[in-house]
Amino acid sequence: MNHRFFVYPLLIGLLLVGLFTLPIFLSTYWVLIVTEILTMGLFAMSFNLLFGNTGLLSFGQAGFFGAGAYFAVLCLVHLSQSLWLALICACLGAAVLALIIGWFSVRLDEIYFAILTLGFGMMLFTVAHNWRSVTGGSDGLGNFVLPALNLVIWKVSISHPRHFYYLVLVVTILGIFLLRRITRSPFGLMLQASRENSNRVAFVGGDLRALRLLAFVLAGSIAGFAGALFAIFNRIASPEMLHWSFSGKAVLMTILGGSGVFLGPVVGAAIFFILEHWITSFTNSWMVFLGAILVFLVLLFPKGVLGTLITWVDRSGKGKQP
Amino acid sequence: MEGFLANILNGLSWGMLLFLISMGLTTVFGVMGVLNFAHGSLFMLGSYLCMQFVRWSGSFWMGLIFGPPIVAALSILIERFLLRPIYGRDVSFQLLLTFGLMLFLDDGVRLIWGPAYHVVAPPPILAGVIPFFSKSYPVYRIFLVILGPLVGFSLWMFFSFTRWGKILRASAMDRQMAEIIGVRVPILFTGVFAFGAWLAALGGALAAPHQSVGPAMGERIIIESFIVVVIGGMGSFPGAFVGALILGLLNSFGTTWIPDLQMALPYLFLAVILLTRPRGLFGGEA
Repeated sequence: MNHRFFVYPLLIGLLLVGLFTLPIFLSTYWVLIVTEILTMGLFAMSFNLLFGNTGLLSFGQAGFFGAGAYFAVLCLVHLSQSLWLALICACLGAAVLALIIGWFSVRLDEIYFAILTLGFGMMLFTVAHNWRSVTGGSDGLGNFVLPALNLVIWKVSISHPRHFYYLVLVVTILGIFLLRRITRSPFGLMLQASRENSNRVAFVGGDLRALRLLAFVLAGSIAGFAGALFAIFNRIASPEMLHWSFSGKAVLMTILGGSGVFLGPVVGAAIFFILEHWITSFTNSWMVFLGAILVFLVLLFPKGVLGTLITWVDRSGKGKQP
Repeated sequence: MEGFLANILNGLSWGMLLFLISMGLTTVFGVMGVLNFAHGSLFMLGSYLCMQFVRWSGSFWMGLIFGPPIVAALSILIERFLLRPIYGRDVSFQLLLTFGLMLFLDDGVRLIWGPAYHVVAPPPILAGVIPFFSKSYPVYRIFLVILGPLVGFSLWMFFSFTRWGKILRASAMDRQMAEIIGVRVPILFTGVFAFGAWLAALGGALAAPHQSVGPAMGERIIIESFIVVVIGGMGSFPGAFVGALILGLLNSFGTTWIPDLQMALPYLFLAVILLTRPRGLFGGEA
């Protein structure tokens, strides 16, 4: 029996049913945690469009995440009370920034790309941190009225954690579906080809810079979208969301779950937050454990948790081969 | 005028510390091809160990002599058991592994010594201030400004004229060829990594009286020394020297002249250099 055609769709279906019925049997506390997992998972997936798919290690992804957060909050404070408008603002704003930054960054690759994106991300961080009159400086920007969700005929308040959970769940699934379409499209396959061998892509006439730039802009706008959700969820946009160590979180989650598997980053985000809540319940030194786990994973599970699991399942499905 | 000169001295003393860290980072990268995210944490560990030795013995020199070798010994274990298994894999895995090490060490230090900042007094001979125009200037910073080039120069001599230095440069240039003519590259790698860690810890110990010792000091300096190494050209000594000086001066002049932008200056400078010379100032053509 081939797992790829039978078991995986079944598992995904079960997972979806589970996610939609989750608030019925989980406490509000855990609903909040799952909301956080979904938002950060989407962020990590936007990072993996660049890393796992295109082979570009961006250490500035938090710049777009945080920019999206600020755009959304600024839109809610100054423009209108519409949630949709705020989310669109965040998406477009982050996309424009990604277009400018990407235009410079995609000329380089490997470590140089990583360090340059880190630099640009930190420039955005400086703007958020120091432009007090607009961004509120290091205190962040949090004085906004939580908008209602306008679903054409009726308005739903999202101040209730369960309502907000469903909103995040639906848009995250849409975002993940969009990412799936992108990675499976001819464009997505060209990205993978450029990861495997950028010279050959250039030889067959692929415009490497344009491909990478488009991937960068798409990843940036999805990160901005996730950032907007995160800011509305936390009721604040703060400079730490743009700091390079926040980009490091996306990198961590992706590796934890497995960068070579489509859903790896979300699984990584889930493992990350569940571990965090479990470990911080008995010690303050969560980072010691996280660091040790990361070292351990890199050494023993280079494909990440989900990646390794899938390899095992595939192997057992095919029977024992010599 | 005196403000200007004080800025130059401040910039140079910070630049010299950056130079010490970056030399280790760039040597490790040049010879082994590993970009070590945990290098700043080794610097921080050097600072903390120095502080601990000062507490035990009361002498700064004891910390300066005994702290760095302990860090070097620790890094031998790191190279042997953590880095060696993944040399064959993609560079990003080395970056991730050392990133994990950084998280571990930074928080581990907090666990052992607590989250508070500690102060280490400079040794009596370097304590106090000297008259500087109408004001005064700390002796210790002047000591750093003099020491940096001395260490840099002796390293340069070591790499250029000694047999060991030549073996190192040869292995950096062509690892396979070095192995064929009988250089034991695995031992060499361990040695180079330990040496880089010793340099970082030495910088950390020297930094202890210059700034307060705290758990965040590694995170700050690692990014700045990455910038130094990339601006100068990966693996280049003169590049690291020039890059460290520029960053040190940008830091001190930026703080006085444009405080709001100071935080972004190193990154702006990095972007300009990388976009005009993709392999850094001394890094040759891309």
